[in-house]
Amino acid sequence: MSPKKSLIAAAATLVITGAALADITIGVSLPLTGPASGLGIPVGNQIKLWPTSIAGEKVKIIVLDDATDPTNGVKNAKRFVTDDKVDVMLGSVATPVAIPMAAVAAEAETVQLAFSPMQLPPGKDGWTFRMPQSTPVMAHAIVGLMKKQGIKTVGFLGYTDAYGESWLKDFTTEADKNGIKVIATERFARSDTSVTAQALKLVAANPDAMLVVASGSGAAMPHMAVVERGFKGKIYQTHAAASRDLMRVGGKDVEGAFVVSGPAVIAEQLPDSHPSKTLAIQYVQQYEKAYGVGSRNQFAAHGFDALLVLEKAVPLALKAGKPGTKEFRAGLRTALETMGRTVVSHGVLNWTKDDHWGFTLETGVMLKVVNGDWKVE
Amino acid sequence: MDFSIVSILMLDGITNAAVYALLGLATVLVFSVTRVIFIPQGEFVAYGALTLAIFRTGQVPGTVWLLLIMAALAAAMDVHQRWLHTRLAAQAVTAGLRTLAVPLVVAGLSIWAAPLNPPLLVQAVLTVAIVTAFGPLVYRVAYQSLADASSLVLLIVSVGVHFAMTGLGLLFFGAEGFRNPSFWDARFSVGPLSVSGQAIIIFGVSLALIVLLWQFFSRTLYGKALQATAVNRLGARLMGISTHGAGQTTFAMAALIGALSGLLIGPTTTVFYDSGFLIGLKGFVAAVMGGLHSYPLAAVGALFVGLVEAFGSFWASAFKEVIVFTLVLPILLWRSVAGGHDEEH
Repeated sequence: MSPKKSLIAAAATLVITGAALADITIGVSLPLTGPASGLGIPVGNQIKLWPTSIAGEKVKIIVLDDATDPTNGVKNAKRFVTDDKVDVMLGSVATPVAIPMAAVAAEAETVQLAFSPMQLPPGKDGWTFRMPQSTPVMAHAIVGLMKKQGIKTVGFLGYTDAYGESWLKDFTTEADKNGIKVIATERFARSDTSVTAQALKLVAANPDAMLVVASGSGAAMPHMAVVERGFKGKIYQTHAAASRDLMRVGGKDVEGAFVVSGPAVIAEQLPDSHPSKTLAIQYVQQYEKAYGVGSRNQFAAHGFDALLVLEKAVPLALKAGKPGTKEFRAGLRTALETMGRTVVSHGVLNWTKDDHWGFTLETGVMLKVVNGDWKVE
Repeated sequence: MDFSIVSILMLDGITNAAVYALLGLATVLVFSVTRVIFIPQGEFVAYGALTLAIFRTGQVPGTVWLLLIMAALAAAMDVHQRWLHTRLAAQAVTAGLRTLAVPLVVAGLSIWAAPLNPPLLVQAVLTVAIVTAFGPLVYRVAYQSLADASSLVLLIVSVGVHFAMTGLGLLFFGAEGFRNPSFWDARFSVGPLSVSGQAIIIFGVSLALIVLLWQFFSRTLYGKALQATAVNRLGARLMGISTHGAGQTTFAMAALIGALSGLLIGPTTTVFYDSGFLIGLKGFVAAVMGGLHSYPLAAVGALFVGLVEAFGSFWASAFKEVIVFTLVLPILLWRSVAGGHDEEH
């Protein structure tokens, strides 16, 4: 290469890297395979619909599969901060994967927008913001309806993982405040072929209602087992079960089930006064146009909301520094903490310095399965 | 805990055990003929249940395309090998066509029948045909050229096959689970028990298969030939028994058992693309209790695993899996102390 040519080449490289530095780099780690892939794939689908720029800045999105494996999640997160120098990392949808990712995010001082309602010890979530509703917010909606229906005792049938545990803890706290007792607690794993034994024990305890804590199509089997053992009381499900797979697999047995959900899933049925209605309809139309009628779900909406949040926060953060710099990343955190009331498709967010959960208490909507469809209760 | 609870738990445990017993038998079968510890046995179960579920929606299951790809691969390997052996083009092509024949027929029938939405039984038969056809192909592609390698190498290959099959399962069936319709919707009340028709089918099929396998190996010449391969490969080959043929037959039988197990559990639980592993693992544990060579002991082991699981989930549901797999330890210990080295190779 002649000196002149190499000079041009060097200049070109400089221009290219200069431009690349100004791009906002987003690292996304999702369970596209493995047990939680039912949650990860919809989010991935939604992120495919993202625009190529946010607030006028070009966006570079790197999506990696964490296979629902915490080790892979950490590996992805480390890759994001060391190799890709991301400005913000998204994920995971699986709680057990998102938790160790938070440690990497905090160490690298990079904002993490997590799609899972995970519990972190106080002070460890300085750089982590959660997109889903917290379990207390959702438990608040369930307990509210239970109280209205005069329920006094509840049986708990949940996953033997972090999702099940956090529900048990938060639901019990909320229920206690309202004079409702959890009188029996049983666990199961998604891979179990039978939960007859657990259902037997729960039905024998004879509670007024059951709370099933499971996700996606995995939520149908425990529900059916309880019905099969002759339980006549009301059965409640959490927002991880708020997808059509519940009815597809459960059929007649899940009729009359009460399911708590974020507002995005039942966009059209929301009252006009609901702040999220417009955005929820926008999400549903965009997603179903791309992936078919009825494909909407709780998780993809988090992906939609993450974009809304970034579109509001990035202009504020740009005042602090250029994308790719430490200042920009810190600016992003400050922006998220100070941007105040933000309406998204899944409710109303209001993050503060001390609260990285965000959603306000009126976010949860109670649905009932009527004739194989959702109906706002 | 009263009698009615005990009997319900027993029924639940035995129903699960019947399926574990089938998978345990398949594991013993494959190991005793080919020395392959066949970890992906459970994947055949998931493939069976989910292929039927996709047929129910009126679509052509992705497993059909996989079957065609695998058949093409196996045929190419056969052609290549025969060519190296004989240098006769006609013979090489014939060998390839022989490998292709069955999968082509099965796939063709499936592609033709799927959109017509035939009755459940026809779909079930097609499903069994598809999954069974996988057996010999898996053996041909993954194991045949390594047939003389050590058990450890074959085990490592098994792990690879397991991951490949699970990944492909996700691709074909998606992440969400399916539940199939019952083959027999009846319910019978016996005291506090309510026995479903499906449970009776599970018992019936499991028992029939166990008896059939036993008869096959003790009464038929072919069964004895298979056993001979297991005892001494070289000796069997000298007697004119094709060890490759024996391997392919064994894998076809294992796949058939897997497919049937899938059809049996499909209506009683939600099956996911990755559900097979844990079910297969429990069958494997049952087979280990039988020392990987005894069919009756494997069946007893399966019964034990099923009952422990049912009662374990009643008493301490959070630790069910721990209880099941921990109980294997003393049995393994006892086997290694009392059993000595009685392996036949």
